[in-house]
Amino acid sequence: MTAPASSAPPSPAPAPYRGAPERHPRRPRLPFAHGTDPEAVELTGPVFGASDVGDLDADLTRQHPGAPLGERITVTGRVRDRASRPVRGQLVEIWQANAAGRYAHRQDRNPAPADPNFTGVGRCLTDDHGRYAFTTIRPGAYPVPGERTWRPAHIHFSFFGTAFTQRLVTQMYFPGDPLLPYDEILASVPDPADRHRLVATYDHALSLPAGPLAYRWDVVLDGPSATRTEEAR
Amino acid sequence: MPDSTGAGPLAPTPAQTIGPFFGHALPHPGGGRIAPEGHPGTVTVHGRVRDGAGAPVPDALLEFWQAGPDGGPTGAPGSLRRDRATGDALGRGAVFTGFGRVPTDADGRYAVHTLLPSAPAGSPDAAPYLAVCVHARGLLHHLFTRIYFPEHTAAHAADPLLAGLPEERARTLLARPDGPRRYRFDVRLQQPADGSAEETVFLAFG
Ligand SMILES: [Fe+3]
Repeated sequence: MTAPASSAPPSPAPAPYRGAPERHPRRPRLPFAHGTDPEAVELTGPVFGASDVGDLDADLTRQHPGAPLGERITVTGRVRDRASRPVRGQLVEIWQANAAGRYAHRQDRNPAPADPNFTGVGRCLTDDHGRYAFTTIRPGAYPVPGERTWRPAHIHFSFFGTAFTQRLVTQMYFPGDPLLPYDEILASVPDPADRHRLVATYDHALSLPAGPLAYRWDVVLDGPSATRTEEAR
Repeated sequence: MPDSTGAGPLAPTPAQTIGPFFGHALPHPGGGRIAPEGHPGTVTVHGRVRDGAGAPVPDALLEFWQAGPDGGPTGAPGSLRRDRATGDALGRGAVFTGFGRVPTDADGRYAVHTLLPSAPAGSPDAAPYLAVCVHARGLLHHLFTRIYFPEHTAAHAADPLLAGLPEERARTLLARPDGPRRYRFDVRLQQPADGSAEETVFLAFG
């Protein structure tokens, strides 16, 4: 395994997150028989365009009159399909806690302070190379309700591909975070190499003098990509 | 690693749970209005999401993707359109975007207002449906399902998915008539231990 030691499970390893067991289907998912229905609606996907995103949607530090507290960062990367083709013009959404580890969500009971200048919600479209880019602040770690553990700092991400089958909702983590080996949710991904794919890279060359710290995180969407509409794009 | 050599498919980025705190981020005003404003063909599809104990799931997010009345699943931008000055949602206007997104409420209920899908022009006998993606706190990975409509019963027998399922399983994918221009479609995430309800059919696209 080429995964770095930092993503190796500690001893004892955390019990992988099982979520809400009563919500997991008992039956295996029914495999879609590819070829039997080349016109399946799921082989295409919703379309997003410039009208769906605002100028400030990708800069989470400029959505309020004042500046948010915390360490300014950029998070950029490429979105590709499994054949290494760029996923162009598709919607990327993020949501995250503030620098103190609290969400601007009314049901977050974390006693950490709210930040009136930070909502922690962003969106952008990938460009012609499949690239996305956000400016935000580094989220804080937060305690897991009812548990004695803390979640490592993370940003929630949502991706649309060129087909509905490529839908991905996941979480991005920060390199070197000492909480990574203890996180049950990260541990729900069994393979260490796969877990490593959820950890961003610090990019020193991209971190301008006195500018935000730059993180890079590339993403590969699973599932069949669009076939019928490709020429149209 | 296959990533750097270009040989073989890239390894996909793993999914992670949507968590409990997406409610201020992903749902958007008007997200359940897929039909253009004032369209006379608008129908309502509504229902409840329940877990294996029969309890409502109040923190699910349902996404819908469908062909339009012309049968073409080509969509259009504008699902998330907002006013540039105020940031308020403008909704879909005159455009059929084919995409909807609604959270469940405290009782696990959802509703969307849309146009009935049509068969693709090249396959007029195909059974049209809404594609649905279910996200929820506590799910490690989202779930795909479909909503078929009673108007198209004649086409269901030849549908590649429905025709391959036992009758009681296929029934979990059928919307029930529920009044004029209204349909009911419930999602059961898990079969109860006593078998008193049928788990919804979920699909894997690999
Ligand atoms: Fe979180």
